[in-house]
Amino acid sequence: MPGIELRGVSNFILRNIDLKIHDGEFFVILGPNGAGKTTLLNVIAGLIQYEGSVLFNGTRIDGLPPYRRNIGYVFQDLALFPHLSVLENVAFGLNAQQQSGEASEGRIDRLLHDWGIGNIAHRYIGTLSGGERQKVAIARALATQPQALLLDEPFTNLDRGTSIYLQRETKAIQQKLGITTVCVTHNQREAEEMAGRIAVMYDGAIEQLSRPEDVFFSPGSKRVAEFIGSPNIFPCDTHRRLTRGLAEIRSGDLAIVVPDDGETVRKVAILPRDVYLSKNPIPGPDINRYTGRIDQMTTAMGHTLIWLRIAGHAILAEQPTEVAQRMGLAVGDRVHVALMLKWIKVLSKP
Amino acid sequence: MLVLVGLWEAVVRLHLAPGGFFFPSFTEVVREFFSLASNGVLGENFLPSLLRVLIGFTAGSLCGFIIGTLMGWKKVAENAFGPVISLLYPIPALGWLPLLMLWIGINELLPIAVIFIACFFPVCYNTITGIKGVDSNYLRAARTLGATEWHTLTYVIIPLALPNIFTGLRLVSGMAWRVIIAAEMVAIPTGIGSLLMQAESLIRVDIIIVCLIILSVMCFVFERFFIYMEHKMTARWR
Repeated sequence: MPGIELRGVSNFILRNIDLKIHDGEFFVILGPNGAGKTTLLNVIAGLIQYEGSVLFNGTRIDGLPPYRRNIGYVFQDLALFPHLSVLENVAFGLNAQQQSGEASEGRIDRLLHDWGIGNIAHRYIGTLSGGERQKVAIARALATQPQALLLDEPFTNLDRGTSIYLQRETKAIQQKLGITTVCVTHNQREAEEMAGRIAVMYDGAIEQLSRPEDVFFSPGSKRVAEFIGSPNIFPCDTHRRLTRGLAEIRSGDLAIVVPDDGETVRKVAILPRDVYLSKNPIPGPDINRYTGRIDQMTTAMGHTLIWLRIAGHAILAEQPTEVAQRMGLAVGDRVHVALMLKWIKVLSKP
Repeated sequence: MLVLVGLWEAVVRLHLAPGGFFFPSFTEVVREFFSLASNGVLGENFLPSLLRVLIGFTAGSLCGFIIGTLMGWKKVAENAFGPVISLLYPIPALGWLPLLMLWIGINELLPIAVIFIACFFPVCYNTITGIKGVDSNYLRAARTLGATEWHTLTYVIIPLALPNIFTGLRLVSGMAWRVIIAAEMVAIPTGIGSLLMQAESLIRVDIIIVCLIILSVMCFVFERFFIYMEHKMTARWR
């Protein structure tokens, strides 16, 4: 039985959404701004009007007001109450539902401890860093033991390090609690890191619903492909394990070192923006470093697309136009290329 | 302040002020203050004024807060009260005096009613502004956390609207004193305003100045009290 189910949900933005989110799943809704992602969360939370049905564990909840739906919602701007301390914010839901006593206090203490915010429990929100606020918001949403957790662009306004740390923390705690989670983001990497499944939304409708790697390797429509960014895909001819965690694959004459999870690699891919270019040799070990020639260049919307010819493969790279001009790139130039291991995607499952 | 008082004293003692008879020195005013205090005249007039201000201010502010909260919170209340309040608000509090004299008569209720009117509208409007100004995201967050409308109002909306509410209270706390003096001058035989009128008819400029200083100090004390309360209740998170 799905944890959350939407049947024919429509409103002023959404168009006939049918969606089943499994119990305990970390489900990500990915899409550009204005696609209707937040609206979908608001429908689940009961914060806006809609037609159709929303079911929690098989039971229709359309008639329930938000405060009786038992969901935890982390808003994009967090909406932490500035007049309350961290402790009072986290305990707000329990107090509102008149749940007090030792069990509730114990739960609050555990949450403060799990999220590492016990030491700031008596501080006010205005004095906290972005990362601390994020933790308080998630702890507050989990305090009432909701049956589903909704996250709206939860890591958007954080520096990259904090964002990655919190993504992992969130995922770990979600798995520990086994809570059905719906996370909205426009950040593709964030989606891939966290999602069990991804729904790509566009213009109020779901364009594609699949595993993260399928969204990347097999975009379901032109719009999804455009949003994802048309990766360079290399079919794998041979696969040789190098060390624990690394393997070398060959695609034609091209040797690429990729992350290895022990399974046979079928395809690897890398986005154009993750292809590193230089006119000078790139320092470091000779892994995933190549030389090539620029076949073609086009510029649009502040970005320059550069088609390269490397070992018989056509590879697409993307640079901000300002950077490409500063580098003095031109058709026919010989350039040094690196494929960053960190951003290489591997498709191993059939 | 000391320089001003020194200058005042010097001007009078050196006979530099024109019409010296109408311009007593600071020490004469202080002497008169203690004289009025010791013979009980000040107490007889100050305490009724203070009581009228406290009752009128508390009742007017409380009603202004309740109606303002309702209007800011519920559209139906705004639609019901809004047009009436918009029509009545521009009438100055003292403009009601002739009508109130006819309706209520000249008794203790009259100055209280005038202060009530003077306090009600500003507190009401500032409360509406404060309640409506609360970011709707806080309300949505409270609702998803299981808060009922009442819990959201009492634990989220009103605390976040406090800065605006205190602006209204600060404004009317001084205004209440200005209005009571005017009302007592016109219609009531007791109070600081009445004492002021008697002093004027007896050409006792020293008593007039004592009354004005009392008025000024009371306005200041009331306003400082609400600044202190606002700071105490909101400074930790603002």
